[in-house]
This record gives sequence, C-alpha cells and structure tokens, in this order.
Amino acid sequence: MQKETKDILFGPIHLKNPITLQVLGICSALAVTTQLEPALVMSAALTFVLVGSNVTVSLLRNKIPGSIRVITQLAIIASLVILADQIMKAFLFDVSKQLSVFVGLIITNCIVMGRAEAFAMANPPMKSALDGLGNSLGYSAILIIVGFFRELLGSGKLLGHVVMPTVNNGGWYNPNGLMVLSPGAFFIIGLIIWAQRSYSGELQEDEN
Amino acid sequence: MEFSNRYIVGFALALCLVCSLAVSTTAVALKDRQAANALLDMQTQICRVSGMIAADAKPSAEEAAQMFSTIKVLKFSPDTGEVLGEMPFDPKAIIKASKDAATSHPASTDAASRARVSKIPKELMILKITDPENPCYVFLIWGNGLWSTMYGYIALEPDLKTVKGITFYEQGETAGLGGEIVNPNWVAQWPGKKVFDDSGKVILDVTKFGQVKDSSYQVDGISGATITSVAVGATVQAWFADEAYGKFLKKEGE
Amino acid sequence: MELLNLFIKATFIENMALAFFLGMCSFLAVSKKVETAVGLGFAVIFVLLITTPLNNLIYHYLLQEGALSWMLGEERAATINLEFLTFIAFIATIAAMVQIVEMAIDKFSPALYGSLGVFLPLIAVNCAILGGSLFMVQREYNLAESTVFGVGAGTGFALAMVALAAIREKLKYSNVPPGLRGLGITFITTGLMAMGFMIFGGIQL
Repeated sequence: MQKETKDILFGPIHLKNPITLQVLGICSALAVTTQLEPALVMSAALTFVLVGSNVTVSLLRNKIPGSIRVITQLAIIASLVILADQIMKAFLFDVSKQLSVFVGLIITNCIVMGRAEAFAMANPPMKSALDGLGNSLGYSAILIIVGFFRELLGSGKLLGHVVMPTVNNGGWYNPNGLMVLSPGAFFIIGLIIWAQRSYSGELQEDEN
Repeated sequence: MEFSNRYIVGFALALCLVCSLAVSTTAVALKDRQAANALLDMQTQICRVSGMIAADAKPSAEEAAQMFSTIKVLKFSPDTGEVLGEMPFDPKAIIKASKDAATSHPASTDAASRARVSKIPKELMILKITDPENPCYVFLIWGNGLWSTMYGYIALEPDLKTVKGITFYEQGETAGLGGEIVNPNWVAQWPGKKVFDDSGKVILDVTKFGQVKDSSYQVDGISGATITSVAVGATVQAWFADEAYGKFLKKEGE
Repeated sequence: MELLNLFIKATFIENMALAFFLGMCSFLAVSKKVETAVGLGFAVIFVLLITTPLNNLIYHYLLQEGALSWMLGEERAATINLEFLTFIAFIATIAAMVQIVEMAIDKFSPALYGSLGVFLPLIAVNCAILGGSLFMVQREYNLAESTVFGVGAGTGFALAMVALAAIREKLKYSNVPPGLRGLGITFITTGLMAMGFMIFGGIQL
C-alpha cells in the first residue's frame, strides 16, 4: 500500500484518533459504551454513515457554495442517516429497534461533520472514503476498549455473558458501580489518553 | 471559488429537492412494510407478556394475527368505571387521544406528574386474553423515562391484583442502562408482584437498585439507571390509579 | 413560578453537559481558556434561545400528525404525519442559526472566530442543541416553556464549560504527568465534575 494511503487509513487509529486527539465523537463514546454490544452496533453504524457522507460531500465539494457549507453538509448527513434508519425499519426491524435510539446520536456525531469539513471538502472521493474508514476504525477501537472495560468491571459480563459472577448473583465480584455511570467512561478515556501519549511522546501537550 | 447568488439559491433548492425526495420517497414506499413490522412486533410482545407464547418466541405474521384474533379489546371509560363494549385494536388512537384536551382529562396524581403523564384519555383500551390456559388482562401504559417516552403493556392475572408480566415495545433510554428495561432478566422480576396493599392503595413500585424493602410489591431497579427505573414505577402507579385503570381493577377483581 | 423552576432545573439539576453528557466535543475542546469558553457559551445560549421555540412552532404547525390543518383543513391534514422529518427540520433551523452566528462573530470579533476554529460550525451538530429541541418535543413544552428551557439549558452548558475552563487554566500550574497533560487530565476533571453535579439529582422541584 502507498505510504499516503496507509497514513490516511491507519493514522486515525493512533496518532490522529478522532476521540482521543481530535476531540470528536465524545458524546456517543459515553452514551453507548455501558455494554460492549451497543458499542459494536454503534461502531458499525458510524462506519457506514461516515464513509457514505465523506464520499458524497467529496463528490460535491467543488459545487458547494461557502456560505451554505454547514447546512449542505448537514442535509447530506441527516438524509443518509434517515435513509439508513427507514430501510432498516422495513427490512431489519429487530436491529432497527436497537439502532433507532442511536440515529440522533449519529447525525450529531461531530466526527461525521468534522471530517466532512476538514477532509472531504478538500479531497477526492477515493481518499475521502479511506479517511472515513480510517476514522471509523479509530473511533471503533476506542469505543470497543471503553465498552469492554465498562461492561466487565461494571457488571462482570461481556456481551451479556457472565465472566465474573457478581455478589448479588451468588458470586464473588463486587461490581464497580462507577464504571456503569458516565464519569467512569471519562476516567477510562483519560487513562487511554495517558497510555497513548506516554507511548508516543510527540502527542504530549506543551506545558504553558 | 466565487459563486453567484443565483447559483447559491439554485444549489440550495436543488439540494433540498434531492434530499427531501430521497427521504420522502423512501419513507412513503416503505411505510406499509414498516407498519406491518411494527404491528407484528406489538402483537408478539402482547402475546409474550400474556404468556400465550414463550418470552423469546418469534411467531410469523399469520400466527400472531391468529392468536391476536382471540383477544377481546374492551372499551373502558375511566370516568364512570364502566366497560362500554368492544373496540378495534388501535393503541395509536388512544395515545393520540391523550394529546388532545377534548378527548382526555388531565391527570392529577403525583405518580402521573412524576411520569410526566399529563392527560388520561376518556376512553381506554383493555385487552382481555380469553385463552383458557393463560387468562389475563393486558393494559397499555406509557410514561416519560430519562430520554424518551416509554410505551408498553402490563399484564395482570385474572384476580387483577397480581402482575403477570410487563413489556416495553417502544423506548429510547440509554443503551445498556435504562434500555435494560427490555432485558428478560430484569423483566423476570415482575411476575407475582402485588399491585395493591390491604387498603386498596397502589403500592406496586420500582426502587433504586439494591433498595428493595419488600419484594412482594417492589421491583429492584437497574443499577446505574435510577431515573429510568423509578420512572417505570411512576408510570405503573399513574395508570393503575383510579383516574385511569384503577376503577376497572377494583370492580372486576375479586 | 413554574417557569422559574423550569429554568433552575434546566441549568443545574438537568445540566446538559454534566447530567446528560450532551455537547461533549465542544465542551472539552473549547474549555482551554476562560475567554473562549465564555464566547462559545454565549453562542450556545443564543442559538438555543432562538432554535428551541422556533422548532416548537415548526413541530406543532408543520410536522405533527394533523398539524397542517391550518393550511389544508382538518380532514385532509389528519392523515399527514411528517414526523420522520423532525431530525432534518430541527437540524436545518439550528444550522441556519449557527451560520448566522458564525458570520456575526467573524465580523465583530475575528480573534474569537479564529480561536473557536472548527468548533464554531460544530455547534450545529452539538448534541446539546439538538437535544434541547428533542427534549422539548418529548416533554411537550408550550412556546413559553420552550424558550425558558432553551435559555436554561444553554446557561447550564455555558456555566459548566466556563467552570471547566477556569479549572484547566489553574491546572496549567500543577505538575501533571506529561502523558496526562491537556486532554487527559481534562477528561478526568470532567468525570469528577460530573460526579459533583450528581448531588443535584436528588432535588425535587
């Protein structure tokens, strides 16, 4: 793979991670990571929307007037998400029940708008698609890590299966209630950032 | 790049047209399928909560419709406490009636204000399951959770004093927290709970996680989802109050 | 009195940023300096103040089932339900407002415009603003309640953001480990602030 392609695709997983470095997509990282399953569903949904919207915005990038930029991007993103939701309600009803809650969260997910504005408006469709894919991978990575720890430490389960039986159910594990609440997610992401930046010194912010 | 004003307006109009066409065409074309899916889901939930089928059974559209045809849909007036006959199964109409002051009266109980149920429709629907192996009554309820309005059905045994089951067919609570109100493990707590205390007051309730004092009428809430859990309790109390289904429960139960 | 209660609830007890965790991206990214945080805070309050009641009108007179009766007459309007357009309609008004605010800030304070960067257009997708409109629909507020709720929600968000900015400015003088400096310690601080705001959860107004 060419170096540039590799950069676009794999950069957002570590060095340019949307959540831990670009500070985008945080709301959903808190809201859907109480268990691993919704985190996985959200990651899949976001990948679909992000790639789709990046490609669409990129195809139209030379035709969009600057003064209505924001609305145009939003109209495209919102339409894509609503289309996906409508199609799922018709053909994949059970999945759609889980996902309909997230529909609003995906439309307002800063990553989609952020990448449309920062990348798709200035780059050709193929590259934009890769950028979308790369950022989805970075986003999904964080979501899966946070979801994994929150479900495991918060309720002793993974994907609904009991891993550490809790005291209430006759086991030994006293579940960490903080993990189930949002501050727990904040702390985990803070620790992930610490780990990331200790590993890659260049990401550390200056002392000023 | 400079764009003329005409271009900008033209572009905006074209964008609106394309987006709205795409979204509306899809919505209209798929409306029937979606409605059929939603109806099957609701019928399935009602059949499950009443015990006619297993908690994870997935009947086909025909099976569900056939089971549903054995259910009597009673029209009930909360003001007079009388059953006025039968009515077609239309929960949407009942919910719509609750939004219009002309077809409803204001709710006045404390539970109703906690569940943000502002109006009780003048005509309510009560489902009477006549299946000899699973006789019971099923009641449509709804109330505000943390993020959304939770719509569901609660089933009571024929004595109209004991819970048989509960289900929520539509809710938008936090996935993994409040959203767990549809988790079979949590729902399994409900069968057998008492609705009334000895004086006839509605005491069925959901407590904060780990704070159940008397499990004969209290359901343990979901850890980390206190607001949603407590809202479910308020919802149930609001609808079993005398101004809603309460008079039916007291009259028809033994 | 009811409206005052609503305002206090929206600002403290049901704080958009610290109780519902909406609008986190702007909240975390713009809270480096108190000045920028105040600027964005005002922008959010302004956008919420205009869009919440406006969306209320749009929902009640255009989108709800039967809402179009003022235009088409009771019968024909009864079957028309445009609720599936809710997201798009709300976001459209919000985006329009944000575009206007963006142009105004660019004209009156280019320095603020520069320091807000990409996060100014991102107000348009700020979950807190869309959340404000969606809560208004779900809780069936009337026009007056929508306005008060909008202002309260914006004020609460701005308050939380400025508080975090103040803490972050002070944190610059602490000995934070290199890996945690900046964003890392911000996340942990926000988690602690959120825990602090949980005390409001018990207040019944």
